[in-house]
Amino acid sequence: MTTFLQQLVNGLSLGSIYALIALGYTMVYGVLRLINFAHGDVYMLGAYVGYFLSRRLRGAEPSLPRALVVMLGAMLACALVGIIIERFAYRPVRRAARLTLLITAIGVSLFIENAAQLVFGPDPKFFPSLAPRADFHVGGVRLTSEQLTVIAVSFLLMVLLRFFILKTRTGKAMRAVSFNLDAAKLMGISTDKIIAITFALGSALAAAAGVLIGMQIPKIDPLMGILYGLKAFVAAVLGGIGNVPGAVIGGLLIGTSEVMVVGYLSSTFRDAIAFGILILVLLLRPQGILGRAQKEKV
Amino acid sequence: MKGFVLAIVFVAVLFLGNAFLTGGLVPGFSVSPYFLQVVSLAGINIILAVSLNLINGFTGQFSIGHAGFMAIGAYVSAYVTAAFGDRIRGAVGMLPPAFQNSVLLLIALGIAAACAAVAGFLVGVPSLRLRGDYLAIVTLGFGEIIRVFILNIDAVGGARGFSGIPRLANFAWIYLFAGATILVVSRIVRSSFGRTLVAIREDEIAAEAMGVNTTRAKVISFVVSSAMAGVAGGLFAHYLMYVHTNSFTFIKSFEIIIMIVIGGLGSITGSVLGAVLYIVLTEGLRQFAQYRMVLFSLLLIVIMIVRPQGILGHRELRSFFARRRRVEPVPPPVAG
Repeated sequence: MTTFLQQLVNGLSLGSIYALIALGYTMVYGVLRLINFAHGDVYMLGAYVGYFLSRRLRGAEPSLPRALVVMLGAMLACALVGIIIERFAYRPVRRAARLTLLITAIGVSLFIENAAQLVFGPDPKFFPSLAPRADFHVGGVRLTSEQLTVIAVSFLLMVLLRFFILKTRTGKAMRAVSFNLDAAKLMGISTDKIIAITFALGSALAAAAGVLIGMQIPKIDPLMGILYGLKAFVAAVLGGIGNVPGAVIGGLLIGTSEVMVVGYLSSTFRDAIAFGILILVLLLRPQGILGRAQKEKV
Repeated sequence: MKGFVLAIVFVAVLFLGNAFLTGGLVPGFSVSPYFLQVVSLAGINIILAVSLNLINGFTGQFSIGHAGFMAIGAYVSAYVTAAFGDRIRGAVGMLPPAFQNSVLLLIALGIAAACAAVAGFLVGVPSLRLRGDYLAIVTLGFGEIIRVFILNIDAVGGARGFSGIPRLANFAWIYLFAGATILVVSRIVRSSFGRTLVAIREDEIAAEAMGVNTTRAKVISFVVSSAMAGVAGGLFAHYLMYVHTNSFTFIKSFEIIIMIVIGGLGSITGSVLGAVLYIVLTEGLRQFAQYRMVLFSLLLIVIMIVRPQGILGHRELRSFFARRRRVEPVPPPVAG
């Protein structure tokens, strides 16, 4: 039972990372109906920006303000990257066929991966520790401060996002665009601006995930975004793509089941489990767990 | 009869061409092994692209799991030659050794195609109910699952890869199958079944309303396409003599999709052009060393922005000569 609880905690902290990335996928899919394959790479860029910022800000010892600066810096930088990607790669082909948009996304993804290998070097880098760390023991279950930070920060970001989408004017406009882009335009919503904001938000969340994963698994490399991105996308589909709470649920489910498979079966199947779940869900309930049941889409 | 003669001539030209390129025909002349390998891999790409175009371009079902079927073909055929090669050679022992190898390759490729087709059926039946992005992501998932399972089978080398495959395939065999693939796919597309597929691509609901059994047609097209990918995988294994599951990730599936989209979805000529162009671009950019993939991805984005329908769009080689030909009579619309 203790092992199970331990795995559950590990799974939840991995799942929160997936959930944060999945939010970006689901939001972009909501407004553009595009699988943004480059999203996983934005997450990688977030981890790298965090890495360079924390090296630049090398203080005497890990401190909370520094962690905050690193996190916000990475989020800001990646929001900018997201806006640039949207403006220069996706906007010109927005009206073209869906497949064209998808290939463009694959192109952007390949570009970021290879440019990153060129700029950052292909070998992994070791993420410095950002905050003072401590272990807590609760009934035999070990909780590291990193795990708690990951879970807390992602939870906070998700709540903020939900507030933003439901309570602000921009959030309302985002919902309108995802509901019907043309109708939203006719109602006087500046759809270009809303789409750019969506990309910025999603990319910022991915960057936060990148910094968080750097704190937890302190090894980052230019290709780390591929697999995480893919699994996060699976999480978004699992929860019902275009649906914000669904992405969170999907992310937590994928993370937990992955950790469980590694813990109880074999680590070689770690990458297959996400797809296994996905296929089952799509065959039994193609719209995902929350799918259309909840009308709220972004 | 005319077709038969043409086929014989085609095969003869291929094998003579192979002898010529490897230096067996004209003493003192041969192309570099690197060039020959690039050309041969281009042939495998043609098989993959043309077969994927059947399902993606003509049937309009977006699949990104082609590499999985290629992997099945590669591993199954490699296992057949490794485990039963001597027995098959023994069974046809009265033939000269070169023909024994041909028989062995054909048997291995046949089994590879059959296994890939069965896998295509098993994947296709449940997933082709889905549409658009969902289908794309499910096929991607199946492709990755196939790969992970092969990675866990120790009999085919697991994570070490499968080595020691005899080099049975060469330039001639690859282009023989590339030609066969082009022929079969163009025949399918021009048949009444092919029109069914195009009808599904244009409007699935309308096609269903016209009495087309859309699921059946989609599954058949998927199975045929998978079988061809299996053959391509078998040739790949017996050409490079070593296979590893890393060659069959979803990145490989993306590559094949890039080929058919660059060339023009729904054009067989376009697929061939895309497959050749892909390899010309990726090899040609090699002189830029580490900038190669960066340039390639930028080029891809630019092509998509400037010419989203691909180089040829829906057009075929034939359509460039169409004006000189008699226009095919269009059957009058049925009244009512």
